[in-house]
Amino acid sequence: MKQTERMTQHPLTKYLRSERMPHIWCEGCGNGILLNSFLTALDELKVDLDKIVVVSGIGCIGRAAGYVNVDSFHTTHGRAIAFATGVKLANPDLQVVVISGDGDLFAIGGNHFIHAARRNIDIKVICANNFNYGMTGGQYGPTTPLEAWTTTTPYGNIEHPFNLVHLAAASGAVYVARWTALHVRRLKDSIKKSLQKEGFSFIEVISPCPTIFDRYNKRGTAVDVMKWFKLISNVKHGHDPAKTEITKSQIMVGEFVDVERPSYGRLLRDMTKKVQEKLKEKKAK
Amino acid sequence: MVLSKKLWRTPLDTEKISLPKAEITIQPDLCKGCDFCIEFCPRKVLEKSDQLNKRGIYPPKVADESKCTICGFCAAICPDFAISVTEKKCKEGCEDEK
Ligand SMILES: Cc1ncc(C[n+]2csc(CCOP(=O)(O)OP(=O)(O)O)c2C)c(N)n1
Ligand code: SF4
Ligand code: SF4
Ligand code: SF4
Ligand SMILES: [Mg+2]
Repeated sequence: MKQTERMTQHPLTKYLRSERMPHIWCEGCGNGILLNSFLTALDELKVDLDKIVVVSGIGCIGRAAGYVNVDSFHTTHGRAIAFATGVKLANPDLQVVVISGDGDLFAIGGNHFIHAARRNIDIKVICANNFNYGMTGGQYGPTTPLEAWTTTTPYGNIEHPFNLVHLAAASGAVYVARWTALHVRRLKDSIKKSLQKEGFSFIEVISPCPTIFDRYNKRGTAVDVMKWFKLISNVKHGHDPAKTEITKSQIMVGEFVDVERPSYGRLLRDMTKKVQEKLKEKKAK
Repeated sequence: MVLSKKLWRTPLDTEKISLPKAEITIQPDLCKGCDFCIEFCPRKVLEKSDQLNKRGIYPPKVADESKCTICGFCAAICPDFAISVTEKKCKEGCEDEK
């Protein structure tokens, strides 16, 4: 039978604004895989789509907010977490997910990240780390590896990169995981887990950028990059996040943090209740 | 070493059991040709088509659907939502069995 004759819609179609498909991402870009895993997680959890909000910042991956068929917002550069914090505190019944890039979340938006993690704001942050500013032509950013070539480090990068999972853990995130774009099942499971958990969660997705970063750093085709991820990734659940730097020969992946801590929203509500009760007592006297 | 057929016991319900059959759906014009599905299919079910799609790239095509175990990895790894796999629903018997 010919393929086209039995063409049905993709099972995730209802989660996508399908009139906007195909998306703008390049062939083999990890962003599409991240989105696929996220939507599969929503599907498997049977999440009420009226109860979920997706917020993105600026960048290639920032387009994700425009593709998901739920209430979403594409914020200004670096402000996704600030916006998401507001949404969550205004309506705690909503599940708020931030999907954004390494540049957006950790350069211009870096302070929002560490303080949201410290305050344990109940939002889920998923970062596509492609080690550069893809959208603007491949400038270096806070995750660009030492010596890597980017358009703004033509002689090689001389800055040390952040280890994002260490930063998240040290700042106070209650759930921290890292996967590569090849670990689709585990990534999806981590997203499901974080959605079912209260507090600030952070998932880093090591993502191919075959058009810019991988091409200029001579990593070959998207398939070569994925094979390389397979070769050098090492699954180590519960490993000390401080010891998970990404090197040329190893990408430590796994679930590094999974702890309980009351969220900011819960503490805020408890405090509000306490103060209101005190006021009532005072008035009654 | 060649094992004689006699060494293997045949389960009694072999006749009744039918393995689930895969229905692989490819939407060629959505495909951007990254080849992830072809490369990472554990059963080598897919191969490059020899027909260009609208974008001017060669999408995958099914080489041998009978080898597919419906693991779903191709669908999960596709960045472009261009391929999906379900179990074939064949109430009146699957075509290839008729
Ligand atoms: C205030 C402001 N400064 C700079 C820019 C330009 N800009 C657009 S995207 C981007 C970087 C995005 O990098 P990242 O978050 O890693 O996303 P990627 O494109 O790699 O997915 C920058 C600097 C902007 N849009 N707004
Ligand atoms: S430039 Fe890089 S990150 Fe942006 S869509 Fe292309 S491959 Fe993806
Ligand atoms: S479902 Fe699994 S076995 Fe079947 S084509 Fe896809 S990757 Fe291959
Ligand atoms: S994974 Fe998707 S986009 Fe890539 S070749 Fe296969 S069908 Fe095409
Ligand atoms: Mg980036």
